[in-house]
Amino acid sequence: MSFLSVRNLSARVKGGGPLLRDVSLDVAVGEVRGLVGESGAGKSMIGKAVLGILPKAVEITSGQIMLDGVDLLALPPAQRRIKVGATCALIPQDPLTALNPSRRIGVQITDRLVDILGWTRQRAEERALALLGEVQITEPTRVLRQYPHELSGGMRQRILIASAFAAEPKLIVADEPTTALDVTVQKQILKLIAALQVRHGTALLFVTHDLGVVSKVCQKLSVLYAGKVVEDSAVADFFRAPKHPYSAALLAATPKYTDPLAGLQPVPEAVIAAVRAEVAHG
Amino acid sequence: MALLQTLILRVITTAVTLLGVAVIVFFVIRVVPGNPIAMMLPPGATAEDIANLTAIYGLDKSIPQQFFIWGTGVLGGDFGTSITLKQPVLELVLGRLPATLELSVLALVMAIVIGGAAALTGTRLRETRVEGGIDVAQGMALSVPDFLWGLVLILVFGVLVPVFQISGRVTPSLQLPFVSDFYLVESLLRLRFDLSLDLLSHMLLPALALAIPLAAIIGQLLKQSLKETMHLDYVTLARTQGYSEAKVIWSQALPNAILPTLTLVGVQFTFLIGGTVIIERLFSYEGLGNMAIDAVINRDLPLIQGIVILFAVIFTGVNLLVDLTYAALNPRLRHG
Amino acid sequence: MAEGRFQVRRRAGVRLWLSAAWLIVLVIVALFAPYLAPKDPLEQDLFAGRLPPFWMQGADAAFLLGTDSLGRDVLSRIIFGTRIALTVAVISASLTCLVGAALGLLAGFYRGWVDVVVSRFIDIWMAFPPVLFSILLIAVIGPGLFSIILAIVVIDWTRFARVIRAEAMTQSAMDYVASARVAGRGRFGILLREILPNVLPIIVVLLTLEMGIAVIVEAILSFVNLSISTDDPTWGGMISEGRTSIHQAWWVLVFPLITLFLTVLSFSQLGEGLKNRFDPVLR
Ligand SMILES: Nc1ncnc2c1ncn2[C@@H]1O[C@H](COP(=O)(O)OP(=O)(O)OP(=O)(O)O)[C@@H](O)[C@H]1O
Ligand SMILES: [Mg+2]
Repeated sequence: MSFLSVRNLSARVKGGGPLLRDVSLDVAVGEVRGLVGESGAGKSMIGKAVLGILPKAVEITSGQIMLDGVDLLALPPAQRRIKVGATCALIPQDPLTALNPSRRIGVQITDRLVDILGWTRQRAEERALALLGEVQITEPTRVLRQYPHELSGGMRQRILIASAFAAEPKLIVADEPTTALDVTVQKQILKLIAALQVRHGTALLFVTHDLGVVSKVCQKLSVLYAGKVVEDSAVADFFRAPKHPYSAALLAATPKYTDPLAGLQPVPEAVIAAVRAEVAHG
Repeated sequence: MALLQTLILRVITTAVTLLGVAVIVFFVIRVVPGNPIAMMLPPGATAEDIANLTAIYGLDKSIPQQFFIWGTGVLGGDFGTSITLKQPVLELVLGRLPATLELSVLALVMAIVIGGAAALTGTRLRETRVEGGIDVAQGMALSVPDFLWGLVLILVFGVLVPVFQISGRVTPSLQLPFVSDFYLVESLLRLRFDLSLDLLSHMLLPALALAIPLAAIIGQLLKQSLKETMHLDYVTLARTQGYSEAKVIWSQALPNAILPTLTLVGVQFTFLIGGTVIIERLFSYEGLGNMAIDAVINRDLPLIQGIVILFAVIFTGVNLLVDLTYAALNPRLRHG
Repeated sequence: MAEGRFQVRRRAGVRLWLSAAWLIVLVIVALFAPYLAPKDPLEQDLFAGRLPPFWMQGADAAFLLGTDSLGRDVLSRIIFGTRIALTVAVISASLTCLVGAALGLLAGFYRGWVDVVVSRFIDIWMAFPPVLFSILLIAVIGPGLFSIILAIVVIDWTRFARVIRAEAMTQSAMDYVASARVAGRGRFGILLREILPNVLPIIVVLLTLEMGIAVIVEAILSFVNLSISTDDPTWGGMISEGRTSIHQAWWVLVFPLITLFLTVLSFSQLGEGLKNRFDPVLR
């Protein structure tokens, strides 16, 4: 059964053009779905729509976002907020800006557990300590008392991951969680997310540019082009035989999965033109 | 370490500034044509009487000599004796200072509350008519100085709807049990709320007049930084965690947005204290500023010097304090 | 979004034009005061003291806005007061601007000891309560139009110097200054031809704001009876008198107060409006 089910979601910039066109995608309980597509395709918009943090200028024109069987868009804002806060979490893209600079790490992890979920302060603190251990931070007691600027980017992303898993969410949206990090750190963070996902059985909506990552972490994959889902496949099927020409081109443009000697091939113009025409009609 | 260095440097420049203020007042007021001693004696006084008294106040010496005598006195806590009131300047000034401090601090608190509320409301309801309305009101509040707001308040709440007092610090017929000059503070401590109420009804309008422009400045700057902060990732993250918009503004955005406003409030607070001079005059409030104007009109040289120096000490002190608070509050500065 | 922005801009434009219109009216009133004023502003008539404005009972239609305790016509005094207010505003603001901008430019562009001296003086000036300082100065040099102008210049030059010093420093660090130097321009030439034109918009804004401040300072000094002379019609002097008779004759206070309020507001709105016009971020 799918925990998250986005049905025919369309969104646009207020008074402007469409951003999402009739998007449907499902994430089953405990499943990892990759979301790929070129920059500006609307990947982040889908994640934001689910979490209820769309920019003010963007409005949803039609569709449903079913979370755990409830249509989020039909809920009053306050209820929706609490529902999302209790069952979902976000691993943000840039760990340098996603922590509040004026507050200690500890309270940034524990506060929402106490404020929103009604835990006791002591339980929240024990939980934070345990999680920092899980994300392989040494000296967790000291880190909890530090401020964000005292920590490296990799450390901060570990903390954000710990915070995301803190309340045992059913679904985590990870929006390019490694792009802002050093290449050497990226791998460790990916491994960490994958390991935690398996251990906690959390469903994951994983936004990325990197098909290599998809092949390692995800079971399902949605390919987005200009706000439209052009392919929705199991990952294994996708790499064997992409259904859509744009997906095929995307795959061909990723060096690792073709002949390495052929080097990097851009998505052919003709394919893009064809997809554009299709998206415009559909 | 860096903090200590900055501190020492700031203390030195502050001392230089104070010395500059002292020199300037001292020389400027001695250019005054007319002998202040002659003014205070009865018309029939002989030239000899005048000369005698002039010598008593040391006004027969050269100006640099006078400055030296006065300066050494000040360093020892002796600011001389008022010519008109014939009491030690320090005593007079310290007797009036509490009235002015209470008024200024009340005004500051009002400005912070009003300005803060306006900024928070404007941020919560951003891009609506309410925000537009707040902006326009703040623009007006800012354009008109405290003196004019004082007059408007006198008209509206003193004459049109006479609900507040427009003159004095306390109703003169009241029996005051106070041992200090901090009337408001003491009335609260003694639980004499009847007296507190009377004091507040006298202080409210002058304090509001002082507070209005500052409230607008605080409101504008705070809202601007709040709105900038609201776009940041950690604020978005807090939203996904289930916090309401109001709570996000209050506990995530506000602590980070408040720092630039704080620095500004410090400088502006000194302007507010400067404004008490004319506002106290306008509301016949018995504070330092009112006394200062009287001292100028009466050519009471020692008293003028004392008051101006005290104002300068307060101004520079507030600025120093703000710089230190800023350093202490900013975790990034604190840790190097 | 775009719509809202446009509306705000337009409303700001309306405010700008209203302010300009009020100030133009004031200039006309000041120029033609003798023709516009129904009465001699100095003429006393003790039998016509404290007459209310025309719509109230007991009014005399000859005194449209009523009379003060000495029976002088409030309207005529406001009209003649405009002359003094505008004279002080224009002359003192221009002189303040000249002194402050020059010192600020020199300090910000040449740095070194000039900057040290100017900055120190600014610090010292900031430690004075300005109102008390101006009262003190007038007490020293004696009342009169010239004294007021001098006091405003002496006290307020730091307003210009502070801002323009900072701006000159920013401008000096820019590439176009370096290339002008490479091109062989002298230091002073660069200051006049390159830096000055770039800080001119700020100077104009500050000048406009300073005119409003000058009007207020004049009113404050009149209020403590240190301005021109107690007979000459000044808005501040009228307000001072009105404050004492506020319960008997509110109109003596209200009408000059409204005039002063609108004038100060207009200068300020005009200055803010110009600032937004000049600010490339908002444009
Ligand atoms: N605040 C906003 N107002 C209006 N349009 C926006 C806003 N934010 C993003 N957009 C538009 O929405 C579209 C989709 O943006 P989105 O951030 O979802 O892209 P993305 O697929 O996540 O790209 P990337 O890989 O670069 O993160 C873009 O074309 C962008 O221009
Ligand atoms: Mg994105």
